[in-house]
Amino acid sequence: MTEMIVTNNLSKSFGDNLAVDKLSILIPAGEVFGLLGPNGAGKTTTIRMLSSLIGPTGGEAFVAGFEVGKNDYDIRKNIGILTEAPGMYDRLSAERNLAFFASMYEVKDVPGQIEKYLRMLGLWDRRKEEVGKFSKGMKQKLAIARALLHEPQVLFLDEPTSGLDPEASLLVREFIQELRHAGRTIVICTHNLNEADRLCDRIAVFKSHLLALDSPANLRRQLYGRTVVFHLAEANEKFRGVVEAKEFVQEAKLAEGKLIVTLDDPEIHNPELIRVLVEQGAEIRFVGELRRKLEDVYLHFVNASSNSENNNEHN
Amino acid sequence: MNTTKIWEIMKKEWGEVFKNKIVLFAVAFMPILFTVLPLYILYSTQGGGDIAQAFSAAEEMPSEFAAVCGSLTGSDCTQFFLVSQFIILFLMMPIIIPVTIASYSIVGEKTTRTLEPLLATPLTTLELLAGKAFAAVTPALVVTWLSYIVFMVGTSIIASTAVFLKLLEPVWLLAIFGLGPLLSVAGVSIAVMISSRVNDPRIAEQLSSLVVLPLLALFMGQSFGLVTVNETVIIWIALILLVLDAGMLYFATQLFQRETILTRWK
Repeated sequence: MTEMIVTNNLSKSFGDNLAVDKLSILIPAGEVFGLLGPNGAGKTTTIRMLSSLIGPTGGEAFVAGFEVGKNDYDIRKNIGILTEAPGMYDRLSAERNLAFFASMYEVKDVPGQIEKYLRMLGLWDRRKEEVGKFSKGMKQKLAIARALLHEPQVLFLDEPTSGLDPEASLLVREFIQELRHAGRTIVICTHNLNEADRLCDRIAVFKSHLLALDSPANLRRQLYGRTVVFHLAEANEKFRGVVEAKEFVQEAKLAEGKLIVTLDDPEIHNPELIRVLVEQGAEIRFVGELRRKLEDVYLHFVNASSNSENNNEHN
Repeated sequence: MNTTKIWEIMKKEWGEVFKNKIVLFAVAFMPILFTVLPLYILYSTQGGGDIAQAFSAAEEMPSEFAAVCGSLTGSDCTQFFLVSQFIILFLMMPIIIPVTIASYSIVGEKTTRTLEPLLATPLTTLELLAGKAFAAVTPALVVTWLSYIVFMVGTSIIASTAVFLKLLEPVWLLAIFGLGPLLSVAGVSIAVMISSRVNDPRIAEQLSSLVVLPLLALFMGQSFGLVTVNETVIIWIALILLVLDAGMLYFATQLFQRETILTRWK
């Protein structure tokens, strides 16, 4: 698998402030990667370093095979970036904005690419209008079109749905899914954990340094195992005891008339649990998985990091 | 250096900046004022005026006026002397207009948050600054030279042939077509340097406008008879500006640090 982004101990300091501390990640081609962290965690700084906008103060990074700080021109040619603010020229039309950036990216078929992305994002009919008259959602979509004009291999999206209404957010998310299917490598920097959960193959929880790195599902599993909820006609201690006696069950408890079971692999062990419960006379009405929010995972790592920092300060 | 990118930046600048009323006012109003004012003075002194009458009454012209006017008659000398004071105005245009444009175009990129996506493109700092600088200098020079042409056409109609020919002397042509571009480059370099460090277009413009002070001093000096603007003075100023421009352009490019601009600006 080709690695599209590689960082080895990538660091960035602003004076005494260590914004990014020895970040080491590998992002394969075609992956949607989420960078999560609180404000000031260094997410934007990381994206800026990987976009060759600012230089690292330590370590090294490679994007699309080019080294940050040494092949910046090549990196900029091969990446697209959606910055935190859309940043469009308000007095120019949507079409003129894109034409300008297309020429900066040395795009060969400027009119063709503009039409392709404006149509894709539903802005073709508004192409002659000044961008200053656009809503925030339209500007955001236009900024996404700008990031894609030159068909970059890697796309950095900083808060892609920030400030958008639900309809526009959905459109942007669907568009990101389309880009994923087209094989682009996408790095999303977001505070929207629900969005990260839906879009990202893997996430990095980050607060100056890396706190966790894996797929959302694996992180949930690592922290909480998997929890199956049995909705029974009558949940009682007998059924709980039978289930908990199974060696593969980590925990079984009763809550609100339901039997809640924590185990490693529900796909393999659920049939056996159902069989045992039915044998014991349980009337099973519904079985579902209790899905932990990514927010729980995120807060677990971020709070643990904060507590650790506080302890270090006290010591 | 990619000239296509520079040209695209220039076109974008003009499309964006000239929709700004403050910039438009600076580019349009000043040339009109600086062209109409000398023409009005020429028109109002057509009859000669008091100075001309005084010259006529005197047996000979004072030596200072004779040095400036040469063989012109008293009335023509009056016109030429007054109008020649305004040569400096035609030198202010190429410096004030680009300073206004450059101040808005660079700080404007910061305020509209377009600088980051622009710097993320494969565009070199030199290409970016060249595009910005040419976008500021070109209209300033075009407007200055057009104003001068309008002024000369007006002079040919209002003033005598002798005054008109006097205004076509090398000192004027050297100032307008030689000194003008050098002053524009100086103005833009200073505007770029200041714009790289401040976040408000108005502050950038106000600070950059201070570059006009040496010209004002020259204007005052000429008006009070302390300095006579002749070929030698113009050539010296041009030579000094040539050296200063080279140095300032270098420093402007060095001061435009992408990282500093992106990370300091909030």
